[in-house]
Amino acid sequence: MPAILLVIVGLLVFYLGWRFYSRFIADKIYRLAPGFKTPAHELEDGVDYVPTNRYVLWGHHFTSVAGAAPVVGPAIAVIWGWVPAFLWVILGTVFFAGVHDFGALWASVRHKGRSVGIFTEEIIGRRAKNVFTIVIFLTLLMVNAVFAVVIAKLMITVTSAVAPTWIVVGVAPIIGWLIYKKNAGLFWPTFAGIIILYVFIALGPDIPIHLPASVLGLAPGSQWIILLFIYCAVASLLPVWLLLQPRDYINGIQLVIALGIFYAAVFIYHPKVVAPAFNAHVPAGTPPLIPLLFVTIACGAISGFHGLVASGTSSKQLDKETDARFVGYLGAVGEGGLALVAILATTAGFATLHDWKAAYTTFAGGAIHSYVEGGARIIDGGLGLPHSIGANLLTVMLALFAATTMDTSVRLQRYIIQEWGQTYRIRPLTHPVTATLLAVGACMLLAFGAGGAAGTGGMIIWPLFGTTNQLLAALTLVVISILLLKYGRPVWYTILPMLFLLGMTVSALLYQLWGFYKKGNSFLVVMDLLILIASIWVVLEAGSAFWKARAETRAGAPAP
Amino acid sequence: MTFGQRLRRLWRQASYWLREYYVSPYRRETARSLRRQEDLFMLLVYSEALGIPNPVSFYTLELQPVLYENFHEWHLRMGMPKSPLEGFKCC
Repeated sequence: MPAILLVIVGLLVFYLGWRFYSRFIADKIYRLAPGFKTPAHELEDGVDYVPTNRYVLWGHHFTSVAGAAPVVGPAIAVIWGWVPAFLWVILGTVFFAGVHDFGALWASVRHKGRSVGIFTEEIIGRRAKNVFTIVIFLTLLMVNAVFAVVIAKLMITVTSAVAPTWIVVGVAPIIGWLIYKKNAGLFWPTFAGIIILYVFIALGPDIPIHLPASVLGLAPGSQWIILLFIYCAVASLLPVWLLLQPRDYINGIQLVIALGIFYAAVFIYHPKVVAPAFNAHVPAGTPPLIPLLFVTIACGAISGFHGLVASGTSSKQLDKETDARFVGYLGAVGEGGLALVAILATTAGFATLHDWKAAYTTFAGGAIHSYVEGGARIIDGGLGLPHSIGANLLTVMLALFAATTMDTSVRLQRYIIQEWGQTYRIRPLTHPVTATLLAVGACMLLAFGAGGAAGTGGMIIWPLFGTTNQLLAALTLVVISILLLKYGRPVWYTILPMLFLLGMTVSALLYQLWGFYKKGNSFLVVMDLLILIASIWVVLEAGSAFWKARAETRAGAPAP
Repeated sequence: MTFGQRLRRLWRQASYWLREYYVSPYRRETARSLRRQEDLFMLLVYSEALGIPNPVSFYTLELQPVLYENFHEWHLRMGMPKSPLEGFKCC
């Protein structure tokens, strides 16, 4: 099976979804109005509410939602064969993620650009808003623990990528300083930053960096995790112009370059997919495809995190309501395109089926390594870039994305903790340093608590991370559906994905609960139970809000 | 339009997009931190009038008329619905 066929079919389905399904949703369900005054115009203040060109808005919406998860999830999920992962990514993007991201953006625009967690209180009630905050906090907790382990694994397995990954952290403050303090234009600092990054990617194999075999009894994996959390704590406390802003910017540009390189290599090299369509001989310990596939691939098919970005920042900058389709739906399509890269690298990046099987000997074990090695082989074959440099390029892309997501979510967690401090009048929690330390401490507890001193908890809890993310998406779909019901519009296009997600999430949680219990991992049993309680809470809230809204609609409540 | 003009237009457009891509995700955070700095500066300038001893009041005094325009918004942001100063009746 030629890999190009997967690319063509995938991109064609995305195009059809964008051309027809998203138009249908825009015209018949969300009923976008070109004359509607968006919050960016109504509340324009030059700070939060700023009308922005739709291409620019799509650019930073996409790079905000894109992270390491659409790569890691599919890389793990191909263990069941390429067909299930491929189908879930393309159909999930078209019928689930597109509708969800677009819907969150639209609903927020219709509520003065407020975040979905906040207008939930208005649409459903205070209790639902509380569930939202808890699920958001759990998702961020999982994201940080999981991504710390992903980066640690990358830093240990591809030691040549350590220098280029961290050089960005060194170069970003210089760029920030030049732009903000020296009024330098954007072009030369960008140019220099990108050149330095790629020079280090090329030199990486000559300057591998290893951490000591043991420091205070800690293995290199644990040392990396601690270093990463220290970095996150510092990054989340520094002024954004100094590190986060220039770092995100360089990261976005290198993503476009790396994606361009990869897709060009696939078209020139046209490798064959060697992984089986359906893997009948999965390694021992691999969970069943249904329901685990749907929580293993969250970002890349559907992800609740996107709803937070869409309703948190993008909705305040939407120039016209009709732009919501472009920004929201195509943002999800971009994420699907990233997931396709991971599927191609991990299924077509091997010479033979035997090599592929040798890489996938345990569930979630060899996924990251397969993505790096497989992708590097395709880049080598297509563009003649040495394997080590290709591997560096892909590792840096993944590690930078995971790091970007981590420091942003530590910052968000800090805000939530500070908000709790204010709400419940616990003064120490309102302080940025205390809140940051608490956020980082909780994540480290999860990373180490789940996986012991080696701190490998992240990969064990990957599907658990998926469940919280899907739960968040389901909750957002509940809010959108109830809004549609109140407006007297068809709700099946959002209700069906929501029911499917809730069903898969609850089944996956029950399956994993049994697994953690059998292994005697009481820490993960507690985590699983917490998420399960939140899921049941979501189901009850959704049911009660739905019936209430239906009763109101039948009683003839006015629809806008 | 000549080729050179087209190139210049393309360059201007690319520069605009790049700048927006850099600035817009962090516009809110930057503006907020700038406002926090300005709020602190207002406090320093008006501290003497608020009863807080200011060793450099000789210098800040002449800034008061310049910043007076912003005074109303500042005291509202600081949680004071009415002007706290006897002499300045902005509302």
